[in-house]
This record gives sequence, C-alpha cells and structure tokens, in this order.
Amino acid sequence: MERKYSEFLVLFFILLGVIGLMWLLNGSTFMSLNNFRSMAFQLPELGILSMAMMIAMLTSGINLSIIATANLAGIIMALILTQTIPPEATGPGGIGLVILAILAGLLVAAAIGLLNGFLIAHLEISPILATLGTMILVSGLALAITKGYVVSGFPPAMRAIGNSTILGLPVPILIFAAGAVILSVILQRTSLGARIYMLGSNPLACFYSGVNNPRVLMSTYLISGLYSGVAAIVMISRFNSAKADYGESYLLLTVLVSVLGGVSAAGGFGRVSGLILGLIILQIISNGLNLMGVNTFLTVALWGMVLIAVMVLQFLLNRYKEKRRSI
Amino acid sequence: MTIKTSNAGVTVIKKLFSRHETFVFLAIVIFGLIITVVNPDFLTLENVFDLLKSYALMGTFAVGMLFVLISGGIDISFTAIATITGYVIAVLLLQNGEQLNIVSVFAIAGGVGVLLGIINALIIYYFNIPSIITTIATLNIYYGLLTVISKGKWLYGFPAWFGQYTQMYVFKFTAANGTSYGLSVITAFWFVLMLIAWFVLRYTVLGRSIYAMGGNSASAKRAGFNLLRLNLFVYGFMGLMAGFGSVIQALLVQTVAPNSLVGKELDVVAAVVLGGASLTGGTGSVLGTFLGVVLIAIMGNGLTLMRVPAFWYKVVIGTVILISVGASAYRRKVSARRRTIIEVE
Repeated sequence: MERKYSEFLVLFFILLGVIGLMWLLNGSTFMSLNNFRSMAFQLPELGILSMAMMIAMLTSGINLSIIATANLAGIIMALILTQTIPPEATGPGGIGLVILAILAGLLVAAAIGLLNGFLIAHLEISPILATLGTMILVSGLALAITKGYVVSGFPPAMRAIGNSTILGLPVPILIFAAGAVILSVILQRTSLGARIYMLGSNPLACFYSGVNNPRVLMSTYLISGLYSGVAAIVMISRFNSAKADYGESYLLLTVLVSVLGGVSAAGGFGRVSGLILGLIILQIISNGLNLMGVNTFLTVALWGMVLIAVMVLQFLLNRYKEKRRSI
Repeated sequence: MTIKTSNAGVTVIKKLFSRHETFVFLAIVIFGLIITVVNPDFLTLENVFDLLKSYALMGTFAVGMLFVLISGGIDISFTAIATITGYVIAVLLLQNGEQLNIVSVFAIAGGVGVLLGIINALIIYYFNIPSIITTIATLNIYYGLLTVISKGKWLYGFPAWFGQYTQMYVFKFTAANGTSYGLSVITAFWFVLMLIAWFVLRYTVLGRSIYAMGGNSASAKRAGFNLLRLNLFVYGFMGLMAGFGSVIQALLVQTVAPNSLVGKELDVVAAVVLGGASLTGGTGSVLGTFLGVVLIAIMGNGLTLMRVPAFWYKVVIGTVILISVGASAYRRKVSARRRTIIEVE
C-alpha cells in the first residue's frame, strides 16, 4: 500500500514541476486553453497504445506489433467506410456503416492479438521474436492491401469521433478514459488481473499454484491487440484517413510512457494510474519543447535518454529498498 | 536384414533433420526452383555473384547480430551506430582522403562502432535493463543526435581510390556478351568475417562462454563466467560489425546518407532468426545465419524477378519468419518433453 502511494505521489510532483517549468519557459502560449485542448486531442492515441504495450510488459513480455496492428485495423475500417455501401443508406451520418467498420477493425486487431498469444503461450516463442514476426507480417499486409496509398474520405459520423466534443471534453479523451477504467478494473478487480501480475513476477510459481499460464498469456495479448484496435479508431478518425505507416515513431514512446508510469520491464508491477501520469508528463514536455521550437530529432534523442535515466533510477531505487530490507 | 544395413543411413538422415539449417537449406532449394521455373534469369552465375555482393552488407550485420542473439540479448541500435560510423569515415575521406587507405578506414569505423557498442553493454550490464529497451533508447539517441549534428546532409564525392574496390574481384569471368562478373572482394571480406566468427564460436572458450550465457545467464555467472566481459565483447563486436558494414555500404553506393540504414534493423534480426538463432536458450550458428541471409536475399530478388509487386515482400518475409520460429520452437518443446520422459524412466 505504502509503495503504491509513494510512487504515485512522486509522479504527481514531477508532473507539477514539469507544468511549472514549461509555464516558465513558454509563458502564456503554454498556459492557454487552446494549447491544452490541442494536447487533449493528441494524448489519447499514445495513451491507448501505451496501455496495449503496458499489459504485455506486465507479464514480462513486450508487444512490438501494436502499431502495425493499429494500422492494419485502421485500414480495414477505412476500406469498409470508403469502398462499400453508400454511407447515407445506413442512417444519419452513415452511423450504421461506422459501427460495422469499427467491429470489423476490432475483429482484425483481436485476431492478431490471438495470433501473438498463440505463438507466445503455446509455441513458447519469446515475445520479442513472436511480435517481431507478426509486426513484419501485419505491416506487410497493410502495405500490400493499400499499395502504400492513403485511404481517406470518411462519412461524418466517423470524423465526429476524432474531432468533436461531448460536454466540452474531446471524444478521444473520453474513449481513452473509458479504456483506462476498463483496464484498471481488469487488472485490479478481476482474477485475470491478479494472474497477470503473478505471471509477470514469477511464471513458475504462478504455474505451480494452479494457474493456466498459456490462457493468461492468450488473454493478455488479446487485450493488447484490442487496445491497438481502439487506438486505430481514434487515429483514423482524427486524421480522416488511414495509411500503412502512420505512427511509426510511437514504439519508443509507448515503452517510455509505461516505464515512466512505473511499469517494471521485468514484469509484475505497474498500474494504470501511474501510466496516465507518465503519459501526461510526457505530453507536456513534448508540447513545451515543440512550443520552444526544439528540433524534433533532438526531442527523439532526449526521449531515449529519459527512458534510460528512468530505468536507471528504478534500478537504483529497487536496490536501495532491497538493501534496507536485508538489514 | 535390409533394415539393419540401412540403419547408418537412417541415423544420418535423422541427425540431418534434427538440425534447423537443413530446413532452411530445403526452403532455399524450393524457393530457388520455383523462381527459376518462372524466370530462368535467376539461376545464372552473374545473378548469384551479384546477390552475394549486394547482400554482403546485411550479411556483415547478421554476423554481429548472431553473437548478440546467442548471448540471449538483442541489439536494434546497430543501424544507428553504422550511420554514425559511416558519417565519421565520410567526413574524414572528404577532408583528407589521400592520407587514408582502406585498412585505416575500416579501423576507424570499427573503432567508433566498438565504442558505441560498449555503451550499450555497460547500460545493459550495470543497470540490468533489458537489451531490447536499452537499444530502442540508444537507437533513438544515436540517430537523433547524428541527424541534428549532420543536419541530414548526404555526403559523396569520395577519393578515387575508395571507389575502385567495388570493381575489384578475387576471380572474374567474362560472359559471351562482354560483361564481366565474379567474386567481389566485398563478398570475400564478408566470407572471411563469417569464417572468423565460426571459429570463435566453435573452438574458443570465449565462443562457448557466449553460448553458456545465452543458455542460462544465472548459472553461467555461478559457474564463474565473467558476464561483464562477455557483454562488452558481444555488444562491442556488434558495434564492430556495424562499423565494418558502414564501410561496405559506403563502398557499394559511394554515398553516405542519414536515412539509408535506420529502419532496416529488423530485416537483419529476421535473417538471423530465420537461420535458427533464438533469444532463449543459446542457440544459433554461422552456417544457419548465412543460409538465413541467403533465403532473405533470394526471396527479395526472386519476387522482383517473378514480377510480384514489391509491397508483398514483407508479407512473405513475415510469414516465413513465423513459420521458421514456430517450427523450431515446436521442435524444442517436443524434444524437451522427450527428455523428461527419459528422466522418469
């Protein structure tokens, strides 16, 4: 209990510090309502993808195929939206067609998740290699289907998902919040969640205490795939288009957000609340650097350094705690 | 009676089919046959030598990657390392190219590569950060900083002596139509690297220690292996190969560009994995890696010769990787089960 609170508080103070620093550096351009609105539209995509990464990392795995999955799911949705039935025939703003497209996209994402799960759980391939293979295959399929072109021009109902607000809150933020609540409930309140943490801390002990390890891994990668699919909905509706290589730079960031939020790369530790704070911290720094006109490549290099710095800090903290315990 | 006499033959075949390399070789033969039937241009000596020359770059990277995978790690930062070493030698060649020769160019590129690889090793060893996360981070650090400093400029116009190596051959044929082809010195260099790697992995204490570390790093540590030194060697060697690769790339295209290598790291991992190396269990061989590179090469070249649109390439590679990894994992699982049964008996 103590550990959870202290970590959350540390992150919270870092967040306050980061906001203060960016305010100081950028003044009123940073603290404007407009700026916060634009951040609120950018953040959900990365947030949902980070959750897809997080759940794999909790089982001490990794999912390199999340972005490829999101792109393929997005392309399937986009093709159904643009190439089949005239949208007017399916209700106001083409709402029926949008629902059909989203279901099809989620189905594809779930299927990729299950493929990953099967390779990792039943064939016992290391998660890095299994998801590397599916990543190449899935991004190849996305490229082959679209021939590298952009698929664009969605009915109004689809565009509304990415660009409108409900009660002043952007719809993507609401989708992200719903996803975060659902994942949090799965992890903290269900037996599946407990098993995921246990599997991540010690797979052998988990197995001997009667847990069906392969089944837990299947569920983990299924959820990871589904969250990639949800990210695809937000992504394509915001851009009003789908393409085989959107968001390729997100891979580093999803790992960074997870690690920043306290997810242990060795598995077994990390909560959704931490991930959300990590995500906001990263978004604010990135936005502030952007406002200052910092070179994007320098920002990328900076993220790499932050990732290593956070991991080193985690390592040192753990060692310090262990030392104290042994005394 | 007849069964008994054929026993020896059966065991040889059995032994052959227990090896991953056999299946990769069969895949190469089958793919080769299909491609040749569709387009006879494939199985010409000219095309084969051409492929061996243009894939020497991937092959060199793959030799380094093999060591990393055997040790139980992964390194995807090597393309960024190679981009940096490529820039270093390009700047030196443009500034005082006449004082340099091919040996010093390789030495400089290799030296810088080793340094950058050692940074990876130190982070991975001292802070216990998974190699995939470390190298995702350093890939972005190395590449980001390089792009900022170099401003993304392309460098070309190297001295004449640097250009001549692409046209140098160990032996050479002249075809009826007057074009000549043969074993390029670049290919020969790659082959020599593979021979050295094969010798190190098979016959030296160092090589066997790397397998031991990959098999089980905790037991290797208890058995007295110096894991720090092994990590330094493995990632340093990957850096060395990255440096050598950057020289090969500069020789082949006579240009150094910031974006010509980054993004291709997974193709190299794919080739080595196709050849039977896995992240778990200290497996992998130089022969397998060579066959993996050849398989990737003929698939890429074959699809072009068969006029399959280029965007199907990744689908084919992805499928073949999943089948290959899946098959070897399945075989490992079955043999593990068989072993436990024997223990029970």
